[in-house]
Amino acid sequence: MNKFLWPLIGFIVLVVLLAIGLNLNPREVPSPLVGKPAPAFALPRLDNPAKTFSPEEMKGQVWLLNVWATWCPSCVQEHPVLVEMSKRNYLPIVGFNWKEVRGDGALDSKPDTPEKEMALAIQRSGKLLAAKGNPYQTVIMDLDGRVAIDYGVYGAPETYLIDKAGVIRFKHIGPITPEVLEKKILPLVAELNK
Amino acid sequence: MSPFKRLFLAACLALAALAPFASLQAKEAADLAADPVAEKRLMEISAELRCLVCQNQTIADSNADLALDLRREIRGMIQQGKSDREILDFMVARYGDFVLYRPPVQNNTALLWFGPLLILVVGLVALVRYLRRRNVAATAAAGGGLSEAERRRAETLLQEAAASDKKDSAQ
Repeated sequence: MNKFLWPLIGFIVLVVLLAIGLNLNPREVPSPLVGKPAPAFALPRLDNPAKTFSPEEMKGQVWLLNVWATWCPSCVQEHPVLVEMSKRNYLPIVGFNWKEVRGDGALDSKPDTPEKEMALAIQRSGKLLAAKGNPYQTVIMDLDGRVAIDYGVYGAPETYLIDKAGVIRFKHIGPITPEVLEKKILPLVAELNK
Repeated sequence: MSPFKRLFLAACLALAALAPFASLQAKEAADLAADPVAEKRLMEISAELRCLVCQNQTIADSNADLALDLRREIRGMIQQGKSDREILDFMVARYGDFVLYRPPVQNNTALLWFGPLLILVVGLVALVRYLRRRNVAATAAAGGGLSEAERRRAETLLQEAAASDKKDSAQ
């Protein structure tokens, strides 16, 4: 009996460790930005690219910054949840369109001038929002993905919850599901709005 | 469609899909020719950084979109005269420690670095204890463990055996 006890305990410990390891999602890399001020930027807006938006404008509000693009299937999958959120007026959502044109590997020919690229990006993202509903208070265009690097974006969709003082309080990687919304985002929003 | 035609079409599609990469590589090759020293440094730095899209590749090895963006970013910082340390810190501040291909030695990675050593020590201690116990058991079995009465009885038996042997040989 005793002879087999220790190997058995060792085996069980190994199984438990492997089970934990295999159930972790390696795609979810914790962001070092949580608890830090949201990096400043000024990016052109979808509705009027001559104007820029910067996170400063949202001071005093708890808001979501949602990274998306039309070429990203998970973003399209997430879209109805965002639309539902905006209908219920939970909190303002700012859409961060990430490399709308350059990120699309399926696009045959990419435009050669920044103006043409912006025009194509606006046309593509505007079309999706017109067809599936626009949950965003503002949509901003990060055509070359430079600002996204400051936010540590590595795959859309990613969503940042930012508090009244402009500090990132939570980052969700992957599509927002109704479950994530109920269990993580809404309780945090309620707490931050207190 | 005949199988041959289908194969041909598939090959064409595959080539078409690769075309943008070819042009990207051409662009990188042009950068390399422009400043080979900076490009060598770029490759050294990006070999230290993990590509978060294809996590088991470095930014130097990966052709993922994000890796290209990050190489462009590093190239920019090299041109601005930033040190290797500053460039790595820039990446860690945005993507976390996970972006470093070689994890740093710090509190939350202590188990990662020293865990195997710990397991080795535990194994050695267990082995030494086991060998010692087995040694004691073996000595006991070899006679060290007989009580006084047992030894006397054993002696009597041996003497009896010797006596009967003598008797046998005398006959």
